[in-house]
Amino acid sequence: MSPERAHPPPATTPDALEQQAAAVAPLLEDSPEDLYENAPCGYLSTLMNGTLAKVNGTLLSWLGYHREELVGRRRFADLLTIGGKLYHETHFAPLLQMQGEVHGIAMELKAKDGARLPVLVTSVVKTDAAGEPKLIRTTVTDARGRRAYEQELLRARRAAEEAHREAERSREHLHEVVAVLQRSLLPPSLPPVPGLETAAHYHTASPDHLGGDFYDLFSLGGGRWAFCLGDVCGKGPEAAAVTSLARYTLRAAAMNDADPEAVLQTLNSVLYERYAGDDPRYCTVVFGLLEAPGPDDAGFDITLAGGGHPPALLLRDDGTADFVHTPGGVLIGILPRPPLAVIHTRLEPGDTLVLYTDGLTEARTPTGRYGDERLLAHAADLAPSGAEPTVKALTDLLESFGAGLDDDTAILALGVPARAHENPTSSPC
Amino acid sequence: MDIRRRNNVSVIGPEDGPVVVLAHGFGCDQNLWRLVAPALAVDYRVVLFDYVGAGRSDLTAWSAERYSSLDGYAEDVLDVCRELDLRDAVFVGHSVSAMAGVMAVAKEPGRFGRLVLLTPSPCYIDDGGYRGGFSREDIDELLESLDANYLGWSGAMAPLIMGNPDRPELGEELTDAFCRTDPDIARVFARTTFLSDSRDDLAKVSVPTLVVECAQDVIAPREVGAYVHAAIPGSRLVTLDATGHCPQLSAPEATVEAITAFLRDGER
Repeated sequence: MSPERAHPPPATTPDALEQQAAAVAPLLEDSPEDLYENAPCGYLSTLMNGTLAKVNGTLLSWLGYHREELVGRRRFADLLTIGGKLYHETHFAPLLQMQGEVHGIAMELKAKDGARLPVLVTSVVKTDAAGEPKLIRTTVTDARGRRAYEQELLRARRAAEEAHREAERSREHLHEVVAVLQRSLLPPSLPPVPGLETAAHYHTASPDHLGGDFYDLFSLGGGRWAFCLGDVCGKGPEAAAVTSLARYTLRAAAMNDADPEAVLQTLNSVLYERYAGDDPRYCTVVFGLLEAPGPDDAGFDITLAGGGHPPALLLRDDGTADFVHTPGGVLIGILPRPPLAVIHTRLEPGDTLVLYTDGLTEARTPTGRYGDERLLAHAADLAPSGAEPTVKALTDLLESFGAGLDDDTAILALGVPARAHENPTSSPC
Repeated sequence: MDIRRRNNVSVIGPEDGPVVVLAHGFGCDQNLWRLVAPALAVDYRVVLFDYVGAGRSDLTAWSAERYSSLDGYAEDVLDVCRELDLRDAVFVGHSVSAMAGVMAVAKEPGRFGRLVLLTPSPCYIDDGGYRGGFSREDIDELLESLDANYLGWSGAMAPLIMGNPDRPELGEELTDAFCRTDPDIARVFARTTFLSDSRDDLAKVSVPTLVVECAQDVIAPREVGAYVHAAIPGSRLVTLDATGHCPQLSAPEATVEAITAFLRDGER
């Protein structure tokens, strides 16, 4: 025998088991009667019409009733609060009748003195040999501790639900604010330019964030028009503030001196001075001037300057397409006086000039970034194409990127309507 | 919209039989008719459905706005009747559904030939001389009872109740799924049911009507049965020797007998 063993081994032989049972029997006092009457839970039996037929001592003591006050006189539902009665009649009793048993339903019993006892109720229908329901057996367990715990859970759940609703409301409000601010950064509509078709599209990457892209088109008087499209670094309110500043600076500067180089230098100075220090803010931008040369010329002369912005696209009447690069190419707002230069080009009838931000070319596709090459090829496929259909085609392209498009994107197209094509067979040549 | 799917409509019984529509009340779904529907379906074409929000209806079609008034439930009844192109149907409404039926008859009388109101109550709350049996506080207590069993509802129940049986591991819980409802929906239905007052609608009932009450019913006591009977011109009242609010479960044979006797009378 091992010296470490402090207790005798568990009885395993039938003889030993019997001896052990005999030894503890006096301690248990477990007559079936006693087990029922003094069980650690309430027991009750009811007839099928609900009348109480038997109640154990535990439940009587919980409720403060004498047996004769309940048995044969009251129904189970009478022991419930009125709300519990309603629940019993609409949920518990129908379920019990349908399934023959119902488990763990939370109810409140009303004690004789009016006190309320939270309990969990489980009922089973007892049937006779023929399967006819004869009576309902119910156990009732004290659920005070559990109910307090559950009420905490419920309260936490309600608080979480309320917080969730509040968050949803805040989010909706934010979306409204963002949408209103975003609209304020763009012209509500493009002004009509005689002899020119115009179209624009703005894709907002997220309703939660203000985008930093912008475009504009406005009259300078005397048959001259200015247009611009740009992209402020970053997102959110800070970027939006810069966007607003940039757009109105461009407008004001153009009114003073419409030369695109001068306009961009003014914008550069404003950004450079305003955001000096450890919070530099800069943007890429293309700014241009449109001039209708005269009544006999349907084309438009264009003067263009750019700062660090992707090249414009020119879709020609003859079905070709090319990038229009602007020299210089330094971001606006970084250097005290960036090198900038203007270029001159022309829009002939049937030509369309497209400005865009890099959301378009940076979009992710299954084969990598969309990129300049594919954009140019797409433009060549489209050409010749007016402003409206070109913007529509590019909008469709943006949509086709789906989740691959995660940046804001602005598109502005200016097109001179094509001449009515003459029938070649009737040509005098 | 697919009304048959939305309201989980099922139709049993002979195709050429007179149509009987069975409408469940608050607390459960069309399962409540399981003991009487087969007996009725011997001679009648029986239409069963779940109100949107109950049973296996399409929960996505539920809105607090529509189902916060009995009118929304009456519209469900009419949607089902229109979908099946019913005329002169017998409408059997249990509990609050009885009043939804009363409203539906007033809106489109041509669709209904007879009305059976099973343990109806036009108003549950005491009001002046009227005894509905409950006070406003009692109804608040019921809402608490619903909340107390809120935890019995789990997110896992939702797909089951929404009729996505492609999760077999939930099959075991199916028995307990009877009458389970999203707690938010149950709350709205409870409020709509127990705070409604349709007493003024009773006098407008224009079709032969049977009122069936139970001898012992906590929710619709006999005074209420007598009130409904008196308020509906020419109605008939039958008192079943039954306990509880759901005689279609506690006394199915007597319930069927009361309904068919009333209908046979009409055929004569």
